Amino acid sequence: MKTTFAALAAAAIAATSTPAFADLVVPNLSYRTGPYAANGIPYADGFNDYFTLLNERDGGIGGEKIVVPECETAYNTEKGVECYESTKGQGALAYNPLSTGITYQLIPKVTADKHVLYTPGYGRTSAANGKVFEWVFNYPANYWDGASVAIKYLLDQNGGDLNGKKVALVFHNSAYGKEPIRTLEELSKKHGFTLSTIPVDSPGQEQKSQWLQIRRDKPDYVIMYGWGVMNQVAIQEAVNIKFPMENFIGIWWSGSENDVGPAGAGANGYKSISFHGVGAEYPVYQDLKKYVFDAGKSTGAADELGSVLYSRGMYAAMIISEAIREAQARAGHAAVTPEEVREGFENLNLTEARLTELGLPNFAQPIAASCADHGGPGSAMILQWDAGAKTWGAVSDWITADADVVDPLIAEDSAAFAKESGITERCN
Amino acid sequence: MFYREAGDFKTSYREDNQTFPIKFDRLRFYAVLAVAYGVIPLLINDYWANAVFVPFLIYAIAAIGLNILVGYAGQVSLGTGGFMAVGAYAVYKLMTAFPEVSVFIHVLIAGGITAAVGVLFGLPSLRIKGFYLAVATLAAQFFLVWLFNKVPWFYNYSASGQINAPDRTIFGVFVTGAQTSAMAKYMFCLVMLTIVAVVARNLTRGTVGRKWMAIRDMDIAAEIIGVNPLSAKITAFAVSSFFIGIAGALFFAVYLGAAEVGEAFGIQKSFLILFMVIIGGLGSIFGSFAGAAFLVLLPVLLKNLLVGTLGWPTDLAAHIELMIVGALIVIFLIAEPHGLAQLWRVAKEKLRLWPFPH
Repeated sequence: MKTTFAALAAAAIAATSTPAFADLVVPNLSYRTGPYAANGIPYADGFNDYFTLLNERDGGIGGEKIVVPECETAYNTEKGVECYESTKGQGALAYNPLSTGITYQLIPKVTADKHVLYTPGYGRTSAANGKVFEWVFNYPANYWDGASVAIKYLLDQNGGDLNGKKVALVFHNSAYGKEPIRTLEELSKKHGFTLSTIPVDSPGQEQKSQWLQIRRDKPDYVIMYGWGVMNQVAIQEAVNIKFPMENFIGIWWSGSENDVGPAGAGANGYKSISFHGVGAEYPVYQDLKKYVFDAGKSTGAADELGSVLYSRGMYAAMIISEAIREAQARAGHAAVTPEEVREGFENLNLTEARLTELGLPNFAQPIAASCADHGGPGSAMILQWDAGAKTWGAVSDWITADADVVDPLIAEDSAAFAKESGITERCN
Repeated sequence: MFYREAGDFKTSYREDNQTFPIKFDRLRFYAVLAVAYGVIPLLINDYWANAVFVPFLIYAIAAIGLNILVGYAGQVSLGTGGFMAVGAYAVYKLMTAFPEVSVFIHVLIAGGITAAVGVLFGLPSLRIKGFYLAVATLAAQFFLVWLFNKVPWFYNYSASGQINAPDRTIFGVFVTGAQTSAMAKYMFCLVMLTIVAVVARNLTRGTVGRKWMAIRDMDIAAEIIGVNPLSAKITAFAVSSFFIGIAGALFFAVYLGAAEVGEAFGIQKSFLILFMVIIGGLGSIFGSFAGAAFLVLLPVLLKNLLVGTLGWPTDLAAHIELMIVGALIVIFLIAEPHGLAQLWRVAKEKLRLWPFPH
């Protein structure tokens, strides 16, 4: 606590640039460095580019420009806290940190500070219960939905019977990877398959022993909850042990081009789950090209267009912008506050007609949120990788999660959280 | 000019042996304390607490703990992250099992539990030294992280294996959980750090500390003159782990609020704190502060400078930041292998003679 510290502390008063308060501020807690950068970059680019498109084409939302200050977390919880604290004073409307670890830290903080936390397809699953988690939204689908969708798909493949089948779960040994275990255990009781869980420690460069175990146990199906470099390594190892790729299903975070690319032709037939469409065929991409890419205002490279994670970043930005639009309509003015934006999220009614208007026909499932329902429809489709054409193609229709299994688990987990935090249920 | 000794007469051993024997130094120390306790709490906001002060204070506690083991007793340890995890999980279990007991007590007990674990993993130090011991403590690091990941009892069987700090108060003021004010967080960590620093300073200049240093400098000779290596090494492990456990408990409960053992207490944490101790200066309490300040505040400062002020892209800034911090570490250690504390000492020596150096 001496002079060095005092000097450093004094110098740290380099204030972050604050945007004018009339703007709509949506911080982008991204990661373009560290072990997860390969996945973080296209997502962050899609997120930024969609807001840039709204600014360039429509002059923002309801006439208000959107400002997207970016902050680098490197998927690290301490940096995530720093990013949250440094952006929250700017009137941030919604946070989307793309990290389950950071989400767990921010849930109590956003609840106290009154900011929306939007975690599409990740984060704390039980936040789907709006009665307990007032400020957190995770529609359209969550980890447990994903696990249930995968099993439902396998049931379809096996004529509705998984008795005696062996399913292995290869998971990122962190909060994120552990999330689906309980759901899969319940499902294995219900459908009679045996479940084995195989953890992979972060970042997941080394998986020889895990795949040796899979080779020995010979599971019929492998489900993967991976992220970052872990996905590529797992797919390569699966190719090495000649595991049939069509029996290998990744959650939506294990299904991007970066994950299957390195394994080349060997990855052909690998499947992943997705809660939105992929590819650059949607009309919105013509606008993106015209207003953002050709104008030189994009943060991403042109080859990311239509890729899985770029689409997903765009999806998150689209939902946030629609929620803001809803908030403006309800509040009757354009410069909405975080509280009004929360109302917008809670009353979001995203229809297929609206998606078509946005240039995203059949891109995602319609969402009708409510006070109690922050989790959305919980449906997803199965994509399959074609290594020759280097594209993902849908091999199933929308599959909706088994609510009989997922809902009680959500109720149980959120009740535990409510008890722990002394929260009384809303919406009654 | 500064640091004048002329006219500063001591008339007792007690005065002669105090921590800051030079009057100017002493007054400056009181001024720092006055600012830390009297000024900063009134001005602090959430950003300053959560991004700057609280991590600095907590890492300083951890660095003092490790400095006792590595700097004073010469036992190289790479298990710091694991021991912090013990503190964090101990405080979590205590907070959830005995909600009516003050969290201040829980943090101290968590330190005690960590001390016991530290002693357990310190036992091999009686047989092995140096790099071999570093490998043994590395095993502790990996074993402890594995344990907290593997056994659901430690995280109260939550679905995700995350632990979340419940809301707890001291004297009716929230110090953990989301409702905690910036000032409360800061004050809680500051009080803890003050206690730890005073205890550490007085241990290291007393009998116990002299034994540690004797073992560090030449263990055979120390044994011959009657220092019991068993008690010296074990006390070093115990005291060091106690402080590191307190740091881990605060790190989880006050600073992060939620933690996942592999991410928050991995091997990189062990290295980070070891670097703090090395850069700050081995065998120096001030060095622990300086090292923690260097490695906690510098990245935040650089980020604010490059992104906030200069408007660079975040990824470029993050990479440049790594390079700058790395280069500074190298430059500092070339300029002064004994760390920032030694630089400070040399500066003080020079100031004592200034403006008439001879």
